[in-house]
Amino acid sequence: MASMPVTVDRAEKFEKVCGILNRFARRPSGLIPILQAIQHEYLYLPEEILTYVATSLDVPPARVFGVATFYAHFALEPKGKHVIRICDGTACHVKQSLPVLEALHAALGTSEKSKTTADMLFTVETVACLGACGLAPVIVIDEQVYGQVTPERAVGLLKEIKAQEALLATSSAPLAEQLSAEECHD
Amino acid sequence: MTNAEPLTLGAAHGSGISTHAQVRRVIICAGTGCMANGAMKVFEQFKREMAGSGLQVILELRAEATSDEVRLSKSGCQGFCQMGPLVSVVPDGILYNKVRSEDVADIVQQTLVGGEIVERLLYKDPSTRKSCRGLEDNPFYSRQNRLVLNECGFLDPEDIHEFMLHGGYEAARKAFVEMSPEQICKTILESGLRGRGGGGFPTGRKWEAARIQNSAKKYVICNGDEGDPGAFMNRSVMEGNPHSVIEGLMIAARAIGANETLVYVRAEYPLAVERMRRAVADAEREGILGKNVFGTGMSMKCEVMEGAGAFVCGEETAMIASIEGLRGMPTPKPPFPAQSGLWGKPTIINNVETLAHVSRILNVGPEVFKNIGTKDSPGTKTFALTGHVSNTGLVEVPFGTTLREIVYAIGGGITDDAGKIWKTGFKAVQIGGPSGGCLTEEHLDLPLAYESLRSVGAMVGSGGLVAMNQGTCMVSIARFFMEFTQRESCGKCVLCREGTRQLLALLDDVIEGRGDQGTLDLLEKLGHAVQIGSLCGLGKTAPNPVLSTLRYFRKEYEEHIFEKRCRTGRCKALLSPEINQVKCKGCGLCIKVCPTNAITGEKKQPHHIDPELCIKCGACATACKIHAVEGI
Amino acid sequence: MNSVTQPTLTIDGKTVAIEGERNLLELVRKANIDLPTFCYHSELSVYGACRLCLVQIDGRGIQGACSTPPEPGLKIQTTTPEIREIRRIAIELLLANHDQSCPTCPRSANCQLQSLALRLGVKKVRFQSVHKQVALDESSPSLVRDPNKCVLCGDCVRMCSEIQGIGAIDFAHRGHDVSVQPAFGKQLGDVECVNCGQCASVCPTGALTPKSEVDQVWDLLADKKKTVVVQIAPAVRVGLGECFGLKPGEITTGRIVAALKQLGFDQIYDTSFAADLTVIEEGTEFLERKTEGGQLPMFTSCCPGWVKYAEQYFPELLPNLSTCRSPQAMFGSLVKAMLPDQMNIERKDLKVVAIMPCTAKKFEAQRPEMGVNGDPDVDNVLTTQELAQMIQSAGIMFDMLQPESFDMPFGFYTGAGVIFGNSGGVMEAVLRYAAEKATGKRLDQVEFQQVRGDSGLREASITVNGSVLKLAIVHGLRNARVVAEQVRAGKSHYDLIEVMACPGGCVGGAGQPVTTSPNARALRTKGLYHADKTLQLHKSQDNVFITECYAKFLGDIGGEKAHHLLHTSYQSRRRIADEFLPLVEPKGEDKLKVSVCLGTNCFLNGSQEVLNGVLRHAEQSGLEGKLDVRAGFCFEKCETGPTVMIGNEHIEHCTSKKAIEEINNRIECDRPAQLPNTHVCKHCHD
Repeated sequence: MASMPVTVDRAEKFEKVCGILNRFARRPSGLIPILQAIQHEYLYLPEEILTYVATSLDVPPARVFGVATFYAHFALEPKGKHVIRICDGTACHVKQSLPVLEALHAALGTSEKSKTTADMLFTVETVACLGACGLAPVIVIDEQVYGQVTPERAVGLLKEIKAQEALLATSSAPLAEQLSAEECHD
Repeated sequence: MTNAEPLTLGAAHGSGISTHAQVRRVIICAGTGCMANGAMKVFEQFKREMAGSGLQVILELRAEATSDEVRLSKSGCQGFCQMGPLVSVVPDGILYNKVRSEDVADIVQQTLVGGEIVERLLYKDPSTRKSCRGLEDNPFYSRQNRLVLNECGFLDPEDIHEFMLHGGYEAARKAFVEMSPEQICKTILESGLRGRGGGGFPTGRKWEAARIQNSAKKYVICNGDEGDPGAFMNRSVMEGNPHSVIEGLMIAARAIGANETLVYVRAEYPLAVERMRRAVADAEREGILGKNVFGTGMSMKCEVMEGAGAFVCGEETAMIASIEGLRGMPTPKPPFPAQSGLWGKPTIINNVETLAHVSRILNVGPEVFKNIGTKDSPGTKTFALTGHVSNTGLVEVPFGTTLREIVYAIGGGITDDAGKIWKTGFKAVQIGGPSGGCLTEEHLDLPLAYESLRSVGAMVGSGGLVAMNQGTCMVSIARFFMEFTQRESCGKCVLCREGTRQLLALLDDVIEGRGDQGTLDLLEKLGHAVQIGSLCGLGKTAPNPVLSTLRYFRKEYEEHIFEKRCRTGRCKALLSPEINQVKCKGCGLCIKVCPTNAITGEKKQPHHIDPELCIKCGACATACKIHAVEGI
Repeated sequence: MNSVTQPTLTIDGKTVAIEGERNLLELVRKANIDLPTFCYHSELSVYGACRLCLVQIDGRGIQGACSTPPEPGLKIQTTTPEIREIRRIAIELLLANHDQSCPTCPRSANCQLQSLALRLGVKKVRFQSVHKQVALDESSPSLVRDPNKCVLCGDCVRMCSEIQGIGAIDFAHRGHDVSVQPAFGKQLGDVECVNCGQCASVCPTGALTPKSEVDQVWDLLADKKKTVVVQIAPAVRVGLGECFGLKPGEITTGRIVAALKQLGFDQIYDTSFAADLTVIEEGTEFLERKTEGGQLPMFTSCCPGWVKYAEQYFPELLPNLSTCRSPQAMFGSLVKAMLPDQMNIERKDLKVVAIMPCTAKKFEAQRPEMGVNGDPDVDNVLTTQELAQMIQSAGIMFDMLQPESFDMPFGFYTGAGVIFGNSGGVMEAVLRYAAEKATGKRLDQVEFQQVRGDSGLREASITVNGSVLKLAIVHGLRNARVVAEQVRAGKSHYDLIEVMACPGGCVGGAGQPVTTSPNARALRTKGLYHADKTLQLHKSQDNVFITECYAKFLGDIGGEKAHHLLHTSYQSRRRIADEFLPLVEPKGEDKLKVSVCLGTNCFLNGSQEVLNGVLRHAEQSGLEGKLDVRAGFCFEKCETGPTVMIGNEHIEHCTSKKAIEEINNRIECDRPAQLPNTHVCKHCHD
């Protein structure tokens, strides 16, 4: 493992955090978009960054924590590299989305409580409604929407990503182009 | 839209491009549904095929286009998501569905070059087995009256010029240049427009209440936090016609005397966020938003904010808290936002669909709008028709349309789980999402409107319509919604926080066979208390699915409780699988698949299930080739 | 009466006049109907969460009374079968999610949930228990947080943020996972809580309670080897009686002394004595600052909640705080310095117990600087509530006691010391001293009505000897923040500012009996002013034992010994423990630690540019592998920011140039000595 890119990356990210705070003029009213932008950088909300945000906005850390834990989109724990979201909206529910969720959990060894795989490759979560009810049941993998999903198809998609990941791991290039969902789906 | 635009049903879709009728267009639906099914690949394929076909292809809309050109464009959601990707060819009036990139060559060669129809890509009406050429003969579209959705279907949502060429921002100009705030409020009031977000409060009254407030600073917020699971009409409008939302916001702002507006978009709608942001930037570039709107010297700002995943933020006061950077917890009303809202200033919050109606009302006049729909509920309403119907998608119909019309005529009838038509399969329609209620067979001819629905214990809500077939357990459906609301409760007031959780626990008792007469009584009493006593709309409507199913499907509850039986077999805890001792041949297949070793028996002798060990998973029943496992 | 007819509305059939009430709830209570609530407090914002104050309004259905403004002509019913059922269901729902170990709860018999369940006739909870037991938070020296008892009314949250301006606790999570907690699930003792305990004083249940030291005090009293002396703060005497059915504000000094004697304390003294001493020291300090051009305005320093608040949020104003210790601390320090010799015992065998209306005093007593070689000047602090509990525990019938007198000399006090318990009291007492000192003339009119009152932020101007003194009196830390920000911005024109953290001052302290009576605080305030009136002496300088104390023991006012025993110093304090943000974190051990403070003050002084400079430097010169760069959130050196810590050295007023030089220096000298002894580095000597 090369540690250098990680450390540089971290410092750069922090500069970005400062940039984000400045973009919202360090106003407390910008807290939610600020947290969204930070989560975009870090993929979750690290505690020490939240403390820094609180200090910068001059709001109590407890309030920042309160906001971060109120909204479903904010994650206080790191998520896996690939995020799989299963829609459990009414239409999807009626069209049997739960078996899809169960199949994914079974295939990955995840559960309602522990949503992320130990290798940090996958996170499985449910969402209230993706608004793609016409395609129910729907899952989203890394922002790519898949409609009329069956448990078998979902597990199939997993296998494709895993295969791509295995390829990445063996390939000599250390930081190959990010695996995109479209590529793995083709 | 020009004033000449007909408001009646029928030709609505095609006529929208009348000003450029000489240009032939290929429109690929780029709504979330079609995109998920590969619409972008189809679009790219069209580019390639058309380039090689000798056709002169244009991607940018120009006013001086010539007749031998074919314009290739993307549109917003056309509503028939289930059949996507959709490709329409106008003015030929052809609608192709389920188009894959492999099909593109045929469309280019046969239709665009040869002028013929690719028969296999047409929609086939499952009830008549007839192929439908376009919108006019497609029952899903022909019975709708698509006022708001129409433009979504052919305008390029990322092209402000196209919007303006079709009369976009004319109403806003009128509102700023020709009308006074009083006149705007009066026009909207006269039109009878009511909030499309759920409550159905008269929009004109809301605006007037904010207009008369004496405050230098006021705000208008567009509520795009469509949270009802099973409803997506707002998403469709924001993605498909974002400028109509901005125009509505501008008119509302002018009407109440605000110069700042904000669109709060649900976080699960990344495409809507992107398109709204782009539309705002384009409108700013064109000088429509900015410091000197239509040369009046008035300024107008529009911001787009992405929600962060909380259903309760659809509630006005919670949304305001969220915009202020706080937890989205509702506050008591009064004070109402129109008196004291965002940052303590008068604020109105209107739903996306409501705002999308506004420019049309200013353009055609309140009388024309009023002539559609019913007396108390004028205009059209978009419903998201999903569940066990043949045609799912967005359906815009005048208020007063019956459920039967929607489910059978537009939706094509009830289907079984495999999607086949089930003639006698109708059981219920859940309307209004987690805040709504159920409609049954007896309501099939009920004209859908605000008051009529309220009178039967349901509500328009944001317009989710989930059709359910006979295989659906109504107690489980009530539980599904209760699970949702208790999870989405903000946790502030006692009755909602603790009450929804206890309602869920009571439903679990029913479903898992622990219920008794007391369970039913308590469900009703607690449901009533939560309904009356909760702080905000989420809590007050949370018990609706339970109370409504209790009202219309009490028998099913009683079967669960007193007979320990679920007629649909969906409630596993109530199953008691047994092996028919006569049928069983003792093959041992069931023993192999049973995960808990609950089945025993000698080879060639009838087997037995130990009810203590059985987890009612049904694996044995699936495995048994002679259907000897019964009761599951 | 004026010509306009008085607007009225109807409550339960009775006509009630609307006289400026903010909501129906106030009106209903004015009509002598005690509508139940958990989440309504007249001093806090309307929250509307408990849903108990529902009323039926003709034509409008059932509405919350707390959030409905009164309108003439409304017809209201406060109890209907429907409303009664909803209220009962609400209580049952709460009980179904409550740790029902009521008999062992500190708030048993004084719990609103308990009393409402009784009032509403809840005999059985029809819902299944969904309560999950979680651990108690006992990290704070002053308070115990028991989430199992919380009803989520949010009173504490609003108190902490709206009145105290701190926000140390807030709601976290959503739905039925909601709980009130400090940031990131930390413990109360690890965050910016100033221990004022106002959260506990508004808590309707036992979710937040003062931390009890009763058991330790029983042990002290039982220990024959120890001499236990006790001091009683002024506000205790007007509060304690409430626990024994007496009216708020009723003065019970003599009975308290009698009770303490009966409990076995060896000497019973009065903190008011130390308050008199504080007046002399603080008044002298003020006059010196005023005449010799010292740092002004001067803030009072009696209130431990305010002191911690200032240390956390206004470190640059710490030089403005009076260096005087609080009366409790002066008392402990003086008594432990004087008595062992007089009584011929060792210091370790003398124990000082303080009885305070305050929870923050528990924290103050544990501050390391308030002691000698680890032996605290005040060993235990009991709140008024805790004393009441000891008296009850011993079965003493408090109201039947014959009053007794304090022991001398530390039981002798003037009215100036007594009014310390009221907001404005310290100011008035100091004025009584300073006016006389400045003019050299006897002050006859001792009452300064200008500084009295209930408003949270009061100003007064007093002319003394021809010059005008500008004064401010604040209670509630949010108000203190307003004034402190003015001072920080250089926009303040005050000379002396009195700050008390609790509403109304110490009489409203969180150690006082919990009361739901809206006028209890006002009555206690009145009680203390009345106590002053009935005393013969009103000026601290007239306290003969103080004079004697200086003459025989302390020496000069403000002199060396007095300074050593009666004054203290402050340090800036981090709000949250252990928050560092690793930025460049190489593997291996031999890395140089560089921490840049990004706390508010340092940030304003440009620490971010410093950090960016350091990071750029690290990247450009390939030093990442050798550096451990972190962002920190306060090194408690805010006055001299930006602060950067390199290795173990703080660099004050740091610039990126300074930081890079220092880093280069360090990295150089840490290298294997290629050129031995030619490069001398100051860090290499040790």
